[in-house]
Amino acid sequence: MTRGGIDSTQQDFSKHQDFSTHQDLPKTADLVVVGAGVVGAAAAWFATLAGLRVVVVDRGAIAGGTSGAGEGNVLVSDKEPGPELELARYSRQVWGEDLGPYGERWEFERKGGLVVASTPAALGALRTLAERQRARGVVVREVSGAELPALEPRLTREAAGGALYPQDAQVQPMLAAAHLLRLARQRGAVVRTGTEVVGFLGPGGRTGSPATSRGGRTGAPAPAGRADAGAPGGRDAGAPGGRDAGAPVTGVRTPHGTVSAPAVLNAAGTWAGAVAGLAGVELPVLPRRGFVLVTEPLPPATVRHKVYAADYVDAVASSDAELQASPVVEGTGGGTVLIGSTRERVGFDRRPSPAAVRALARGAIGLFPMLASVRAMRVYAGFRPYCPDHLPVIGPDPRAPGLWHACGHEGAGIGLAAGTGKLIAQALTGEATDLDLTPFAPERFEEGGADESRGE
Amino acid sequence: MGTDLPTYDVAVVGAGPAGLAAAVGAAEAGLDVVLIDAGRLPGGQYWRHDEHSRPPRHQHGRLFTRLRARLRHQRHLGRLHYLPGHQVWLIDRPRPDSGPFTLRLNGPYETAPVERDLVRAGALVLCCGAYDRQLPVPGWELPGVMAAGGVQALLKGHRAVAGRRAVVAGTGPFLLPVATGLAQAGVRVLAVCEANPAHGWLRHLDGAVRAPAKSAEAVRYAALLARHRIPYRTRTTVTEILGEDRVRAVRLDGGEVLEADLVALGWGFTPALELPLMVGAATRRDLDGSLVVAVDARQRTTVPDVLAAGETAGVGGAALAVAEGRLAALSLAAAHGLPVDPRAVRRLRTAIRHGRAFAAALHRTYPVPDGWTERLTERTVVCRCEEVTYGELCRARTELGAEDPRTMKLLARPGMGWCQGRICGFAVAAVTASLTGRPATAEDLRPLSARPFAAPVTLGELAELGDDADEES
Repeated sequence: MTRGGIDSTQQDFSKHQDFSTHQDLPKTADLVVVGAGVVGAAAAWFATLAGLRVVVVDRGAIAGGTSGAGEGNVLVSDKEPGPELELARYSRQVWGEDLGPYGERWEFERKGGLVVASTPAALGALRTLAERQRARGVVVREVSGAELPALEPRLTREAAGGALYPQDAQVQPMLAAAHLLRLARQRGAVVRTGTEVVGFLGPGGRTGSPATSRGGRTGAPAPAGRADAGAPGGRDAGAPGGRDAGAPVTGVRTPHGTVSAPAVLNAAGTWAGAVAGLAGVELPVLPRRGFVLVTEPLPPATVRHKVYAADYVDAVASSDAELQASPVVEGTGGGTVLIGSTRERVGFDRRPSPAAVRALARGAIGLFPMLASVRAMRVYAGFRPYCPDHLPVIGPDPRAPGLWHACGHEGAGIGLAAGTGKLIAQALTGEATDLDLTPFAPERFEEGGADESRGE
Repeated sequence: MGTDLPTYDVAVVGAGPAGLAAAVGAAEAGLDVVLIDAGRLPGGQYWRHDEHSRPPRHQHGRLFTRLRARLRHQRHLGRLHYLPGHQVWLIDRPRPDSGPFTLRLNGPYETAPVERDLVRAGALVLCCGAYDRQLPVPGWELPGVMAAGGVQALLKGHRAVAGRRAVVAGTGPFLLPVATGLAQAGVRVLAVCEANPAHGWLRHLDGAVRAPAKSAEAVRYAALLARHRIPYRTRTTVTEILGEDRVRAVRLDGGEVLEADLVALGWGFTPALELPLMVGAATRRDLDGSLVVAVDARQRTTVPDVLAAGETAGVGGAALAVAEGRLAALSLAAAHGLPVDPRAVRRLRTAIRHGRAFAAALHRTYPVPDGWTERLTERTVVCRCEEVTYGELCRARTELGAEDPRTMKLLARPGMGWCQGRICGFAVAAVTASLTGRPATAEDLRPLSARPFAAPVTLGELAELGDDADEES
């Protein structure tokens, strides 16, 4: 794909001011991003920066899904060595460097993570993990039990020891998404909320390049063949104008008009599987519920780091449907303390679960006994989008040329968003990507073990 | 722990006019009742009094004393378990749509231990009352500016006043008892500023409905205003509150400045919907613009076994609330197969119909005036807990795309502080809607009315959540 000119872009798009106005949806773009969460916002920003004309659409509001219901973790500490850790390290660097100048806008804070082990055995396991992470370039310092009070004065005195990860950081995720979109808009991107993608444009609307797409016309909109699981392409497969499993994607259809574009990025988070289904391809992205408990405001520096128990690392890598709670405790700029995070696979049920709330409270008090007398103000639930192998999906989908994915980041989406967005922009513009995207390939679930591990 | 606990037929939440009537009525009909109330004494906000004072003689005072006597009698008979000084912070129903509700309780007063922290009941009557509806105005965060209901609560509950020269402003008949109450407590009331024209509310009533009690009340207040020489100024609004460390004066829309050290602002009431929304009851926007619980002709909400009465189902005053509470009790009795006098049901329905018609007439006469958001300036604080200004809300909309109240809350933090939107929720919904050029809808009001915990609760209490938490499967 070639780059569009920035100057003409600003001319063309400047009139598209309002977010939820349904008029003036641009007819063409170089890239349509589906999803105005933090991943879509980061991709929109880096793609715009690379000179692409970008249109972002979301059926709901800015950061209205998982981005608005998380803690804002930018963590390297909780990742096992492997592709996700490489992405986390890379993304942490993008948050700090590429996006560093704007960090204040989204309350970027290099607060560091402190992983606490309650028993000598857990400490041993933590040390082993830290050693392997260090070999992959993670900065980590071992902390003895005696050193802990100096780092976290309110921490339980029962802990055996811990590990300090200075690279761990925090952002306010809704502000990150909203400001990345604001920055992209300033450079000409168009953002439309309340605009649902109801189908993709089919081969008839195909255009060769951004240069032709600008003046090109959209072909007959293709009815969206909603793929049933196990029967990609559904009943429309092969029908004239219908969505074939291998048919190219050349734009999106919305109730407010079509946008034709040579590339469409699926950044729909927990709903990414349904969006992929509109293109006739299967993408096993599933919801996992997580609760976050928020306390009343406390004096500054009551909790100084992102503090979590060593068993957290196990819970993240688990496919177990049972409730798992490993407390993650951290202070915020406003003085409130956030306590995450439970993980349950219960579909889209948002009602507060007494069991989950109790588990969070117990875990937090276990780490910080003084929290027992602190009042909770609220609790909220979010749905973390995850794939069977717990790796995100990033890159072009060979099964539907023109369709790209950036989704399935599970509970790490805020942290991984910056790197994901930059990698997507590099790949879209034909640059060599800073990281190999092969482990994140969308078609990796097609052969082999994916179906087995997905069975529930 | 849980298994030996009794399961009541019904838990009534709130011991104001509606809750008292519902609890007493249900017990008299033969049901096992638990009545839970945050106050130390029955009566709610409407009949608030302290140990040393009698409940108000007017405002249906006799209705109250009779209900209180029946409450005592039912407690004496052991049919009604009354839990004053208890508030419900969480309700869940382990088996959705069937089986008992679990109510978690704690105490509003940290010094007094609670008798129960867990109650189970097969049905709920939610009579949770209402808060002051507050509209921001430049300077309203200054000390000395209070909600009218807050002033009244201080007068009734503690017989205390917080100033010497007062202005009472806003809209609606509730401004009158506040002004006369202040005057009787020795405060000089400079004016009652009624934003609406406020005459001729009788015209809004259809011919079939008469409200002699209310008319008599209006005449009595007019006499009291005259006796205390309180000017009643219609079509008059406080547009700015002046002062540095505390309120010094108010500016009226004509430009006139009144020097005062106490300002009571009353814009009507908005129901407390934490518990109804927690159990999933459907809500609607009432005539007065507030979000209320939708009920049918038997006071049933859309959730099986959950009823609502009083201000929860629409602001309408004590007499209407009592009728609704009674009807809720009869509905529950009928659902339990107990004998119910159909004539009593008909009488209550007629009373409720008339009460609602009267409330509707008042809502039409005393609306929140259109365009109040135009008085807000860049620096006017909208959310006092988080100190979010109108300017910040405007920027969150234009720069960040916050076009609905939930997104506004996430991006600019209104309603995220101590009160969790109880004070600013109505205003934030209205401001957000007006910034996007549309009227506020029920969908705008809902996100700022729902709260995961209906009352403050410590992490220690959460950690000890009872065994019901294990029975979810």
